[in-house]
Amino acid sequence: MLKDTKRRKLLRLFISYSILTLMVIIIIYPLLWTVGASFNPGNSLISTSIIPENPTVAHYKELFAGSESLQYGQWYLNSLKISVFTMIGAVVSVSFTAYAFSRFRFKGRKNALTLFLLLQMIPQFSALIALFVLAQILGMMNSHWLLILLYIGGLIPMNTYLMKGYMDSISIDLDESAKIDGASNTRIFWQIIMPLSKPMIAVVAMNGFTGPLGDFVLSSVILRTPEYYTLPIGLFNLVNDVMGASYTTFAAGAILISIPVAIIFVLLQKNFVSGLTAGGTKG
Amino acid sequence: MQHRKIALLLSIIPGMGQLYNRQWVKGLLFLSIGGAFFAVFGDMLNMGFWGLFTLGTEVPRDNSVFLLAEGIIAVIVTCFGLAVYYLNLRDAYKNGRLRDENRKLSTLKDQYHNVVSQGYPYVVSGPSLFILIFAVIFPILFSFALAFTNYDLYHSPPANLADWVGLETFSKIFTVDIWRSTFFDVLGWTVVWTLVATSLQVTLGILLATIVNQKEIRFKRFYRTVLVLPWAVPGFVTILIFAGLFNDSFGAINNDILAAFGIDAIPWLTDSNWSRLALILMQGWLGFPYIFLVTTGVLQSIPEDLYEAATIDGASVFSKFKHITMPMILLAMAPIIITQFTFNFNNFNIIYLFNGGGPAEPGSTAGGTDILVSWIYKLTLQSSQYSLAAALTILLSVFVIAIALWQFRRTNSFKEGA
Repeated sequence: MLKDTKRRKLLRLFISYSILTLMVIIIIYPLLWTVGASFNPGNSLISTSIIPENPTVAHYKELFAGSESLQYGQWYLNSLKISVFTMIGAVVSVSFTAYAFSRFRFKGRKNALTLFLLLQMIPQFSALIALFVLAQILGMMNSHWLLILLYIGGLIPMNTYLMKGYMDSISIDLDESAKIDGASNTRIFWQIIMPLSKPMIAVVAMNGFTGPLGDFVLSSVILRTPEYYTLPIGLFNLVNDVMGASYTTFAAGAILISIPVAIIFVLLQKNFVSGLTAGGTKG
Repeated sequence: MQHRKIALLLSIIPGMGQLYNRQWVKGLLFLSIGGAFFAVFGDMLNMGFWGLFTLGTEVPRDNSVFLLAEGIIAVIVTCFGLAVYYLNLRDAYKNGRLRDENRKLSTLKDQYHNVVSQGYPYVVSGPSLFILIFAVIFPILFSFALAFTNYDLYHSPPANLADWVGLETFSKIFTVDIWRSTFFDVLGWTVVWTLVATSLQVTLGILLATIVNQKEIRFKRFYRTVLVLPWAVPGFVTILIFAGLFNDSFGAINNDILAAFGIDAIPWLTDSNWSRLALILMQGWLGFPYIFLVTTGVLQSIPEDLYEAATIDGASVFSKFKHITMPMILLAMAPIIITQFTFNFNNFNIIYLFNGGGPAEPGSTAGGTDILVSWIYKLTLQSSQYSLAAALTILLSVFVIAIALWQFRRTNSFKEGA
């Protein structure tokens, strides 16, 4: 009997470790392959191996060589700029709006909440046709600020809901005692509500930062000149360029963007996971 | 006649009712807002509504797209005007009633304080609302309106005008053979894709979280860090990497892995069934870490006593999983799992970045792996069939909203939230 349970336990552990090992390989392999490809000489992948025979950094140099169709440094800056401003804009507008919804009972509040709920369900994709048609006629091409505004607008409904849910869980006694001490609404917001909402602010900030980085639809409609591209469009065109598709150069570009993002992500992971689960269960 | 009725009637001209109630400042304010509204927007509204109804009558003077856009802006402005007008009517009626009941009206100072304290939420949420209207609501209304026109390559400015055609585009989706068959093919694959890909990533996430969470497993930190890597790397990068790995002729999956097992090259990108399989596997890879992380959080919050009690009662590992772990996870994660479904339903990036929704199908505007959103994207950007794309957008939105509403009713967060 005792021996039997022990054998079962060993079997269970053996299966567990096997599955984990398999998963680790499946996850690591494509990543290592990309690293290998980026150091491989030549443009094609036919002769690519994970450990290249004659490693070269030529592809990394090429990224910054400043050719007309490959302005990696510029794309990097564009993406950074759009992500940072979207993040700031989203955090500011979302926290103020969520504060209003969470702490005040004003006319139109219910209607506004229903509107937000509805907008959160309609995919922002629906705006695509309008943007494409108007961008063509009005010449709104290549405007980063228009794009930032669109991203912020798209982030508001969903994230306001998350943030409001979180703020609702902060005891209102805190506000009231501060009010008795003569604090203004804005002061309560900055000194009580905001510090206590930090986990959810981290979530909104992350959504704001990674949203533009993951968007291909809106940016491909508005940004048409290589100089204004963001990383997703730039790298996509690099791979799909009929004339000179270059997977190895793409691999180098992919590494330079993935490593910083992944590091920040792994470091911050704990913070926003608590926020996500809190938001998830509260709706 | 009672004061409230007189005030209400007079307020048909904004501010008159307030003046009648001897609230001079408020009355003048409403009067001037009303006057300013018509002075500023009068022409625009006139032109906007004319354009909205006719979509232009003369080529090349009129541009249907501009007229439609101006018309929608006119509708939005009118809504705001009506809201203020309603406030004006109600205010006059309320104060009139106070006078009927011989009660005192609030003084100017009170009113001012009232506005300041009640206005606070409006002031802080105003900018968001403004962004929302112009960046989200206006484009959506515009797209939706296009569905009821015949706007496409042959009805576009400056050479031609578009016209309202009502529900014609919608009925065409179901009656024109090529449109109908494409629509149902795409819809069918969209549903299969959503169900299978989401189930795969959810199952993988929960399974791995449970495995790593076992007491005896060592190096937990290492496994957890590696397992969230697919989420940490930007999605578009991973999809493009996989597009290279799966490449029919030079991809490592065909050349290195399958070749090592002696399997012939598989046409991952050029055969639609293999493409679909590849997409589902990739989404499993990309999507499980999120579920993994959240499940890990839930698992750690399940009290240890539950398991101890079960062990004493002689429960096996699997029955503990089935009766304790699984119900706890599903309860806590139902909303998250459902958002994963809607996410995959609209998961444009993976479909389009992998092989452009391809392989191309002869005689059809959609490729073999196109889901609704990527088909709409192609119709808009590549074949200029704007009204068809817009009609499909509406169908898609209805579908998504239906699912989302069902979710909100189930989780009851709608009641709590509102």
